[in-house]
Amino acid sequence: MLTFLRRRVVSSAIPLVFVVLGVFCLARLTGNPVNLYLPLSATPEQRAEFAAAHGFDQPIVTQLADYLTSLLVLDFGESLRTGQPAAEMVLAAFPATLQLAGVTMLIAIAGAVLLGCAAAYRPNSLADRVASILSMTAASIPDFWFAIMGVLVFGVTLEWLPTSGVSGGPEVWILPIATLLIRPFGVLVQVVRGAMVTALAAPYTKVARSKGASEKRVVFGHALRNAAMPALTVAGDLTIGLVNGAVVVETIFGWPGIGKLMIDSILQRDFAVLQAAVLITALTIFALNILIDVCYALLDSRVRQTVPA
Amino acid sequence: MTTTPGGRRRRNPSGARTGPPRWWTLLGGDRVAVCAAVVLTLVLLTALLGPLLIGDRAIRQDLDASLRPPSLDHGFFGLLGTDVLGRSVLARLIEAAGTTLSVAVPAVLCSLVVGSAVGMWAGYHGGRRESVAMRVADVILSFPSLLLAVVVLYVFEPSVANLVLILAIARVPIYLRTARAESAEIRSRLFVDAARTFGTRSGATIVRHILPIVLPTLLTVATLDFCFVMLTESSLSFLGIGIQPPEVSWGLMVAQGRQYLQTAWWIAVLPGVAIVMTTVSATILAAWARLATDPAQRWRLTLPRGRRRRPATTGEGTP
Repeated sequence: MLTFLRRRVVSSAIPLVFVVLGVFCLARLTGNPVNLYLPLSATPEQRAEFAAAHGFDQPIVTQLADYLTSLLVLDFGESLRTGQPAAEMVLAAFPATLQLAGVTMLIAIAGAVLLGCAAAYRPNSLADRVASILSMTAASIPDFWFAIMGVLVFGVTLEWLPTSGVSGGPEVWILPIATLLIRPFGVLVQVVRGAMVTALAAPYTKVARSKGASEKRVVFGHALRNAAMPALTVAGDLTIGLVNGAVVVETIFGWPGIGKLMIDSILQRDFAVLQAAVLITALTIFALNILIDVCYALLDSRVRQTVPA
Repeated sequence: MTTTPGGRRRRNPSGARTGPPRWWTLLGGDRVAVCAAVVLTLVLLTALLGPLLIGDRAIRQDLDASLRPPSLDHGFFGLLGTDVLGRSVLARLIEAAGTTLSVAVPAVLCSLVVGSAVGMWAGYHGGRRESVAMRVADVILSFPSLLLAVVVLYVFEPSVANLVLILAIARVPIYLRTARAESAEIRSRLFVDAARTFGTRSGATIVRHILPIVLPTLLTVATLDFCFVMLTESSLSFLGIGIQPPEVSWGLMVAQGRQYLQTAWWIAVLPGVAIVMTTVSATILAAWARLATDPAQRWRLTLPRGRRRRPATTGEGTP
């Protein structure tokens, strides 16, 4: 198990390095921050001084080397906008997104397992058709439009829910979570249903039934355990995709999370904050991938023996 | 359907020399899929012909007709109301259909061609080439696609060509993974060995022997991916870094209508309905295609209606 984990960590770390390097280079291409932060009337000397103070006058290789060495001592640099340490800003925004994404995925997985199992238990039944229509629609609705519809119906017309912001009771969570939820939920229901149909038709299900196991045990003990593997893979990809949704949701609802921070820092060419935000996102995704692999190994003893390709 | 036009009897689904049922027979067996195909065809026709027929109505301003609600009183183009500058929402929807599809279709085709080619090549050869290709796919997939798009579109101008490029790059790994997995499995089959023994070059083997088997799966993935690309394009346009005014796309229309939500709901609601209709149709068609291209599942579509309900325990895939 430990060997398995170590190999997975090493092979997952390579993409991580590429992401960090890629963002560094791309961020440098987005234009020169000197022109954005100094007034048009600034003299060439002032420009040079500003560039020198933040290291923009160095060749890009030197900038990269500086960046990497300061990363080793956990120094992420300072925000050009506010002068605050970038790490501080990112860590302040991170929990808001993490809570939002965590709650969303928990609801999505629990709901998808229940609905997917109900649909797969009797293919082509009423429950199955309802689940198909619901999940296909949910997976196809653009999240920004869904959010706006939610604001229009529950915020503007009925005045039940606040239209944006985080201050207030639990009702501020409803619209952002509902918006983030629809896509992962729709996709997961389809995946769980498909995998469960296959699992319920497999020989081991017949064996379980013929030895007298209860239906509950057949469905949730035998079939679901086998159907969980493909669902887990897709759930992992969907969680990465949740960052996309978070950018949209946080922009619409004014949620002070990491998605909004990233968009703002791109628009204002705040390199240090952008890099720190991307790094922490990449680290979270990296940790998530490892977690999924551990779940695989726990679910399926065959995985423990081999190294995934 | 017991005979094909060639006159051969269709004995069983695995018989390689008997033709599978024609696709339109399979489509006819699924009423929902027929509706989806009709909607998609209508959208495609609108996107192709619509912009030619409506002239300049999508940009013609008429401040007297500002924020007119949908009604039957103002002719065909007043049917869905007008926006704040008095432009016909219906005409703008038609114009936007063209823009939206001119981004989505090339993006899907590019990622399909590149991803499948590299995937089949990697899967066929295996070894180091395979692991390099898969690592690259992992790198692209481990980065949120919308963020990549935001960064890249901010560096380069947000034009249609750049939008297509970035959407294609973000979706290449999907085809790459599918094509690799399938061709790695086909590689060890007897007919590939035979081709190799007779000295067929690897490129020819892939095109002649592997591609025909992998293609249906890839096309199904592409249909589903069409939704994803369309949704990403509209998200980007909504965030202001996709299609730029005066061009118009459905996502951009939602963004423009957002500030008039309280007074003129139709400006933001209707383009969203157009997006949902198109993507739901593509999803349904993809689900149908998955069934129709799977020899073990295809029989479900050839049964008369009402006989399809079977308990899950009777074993899937055996008619």
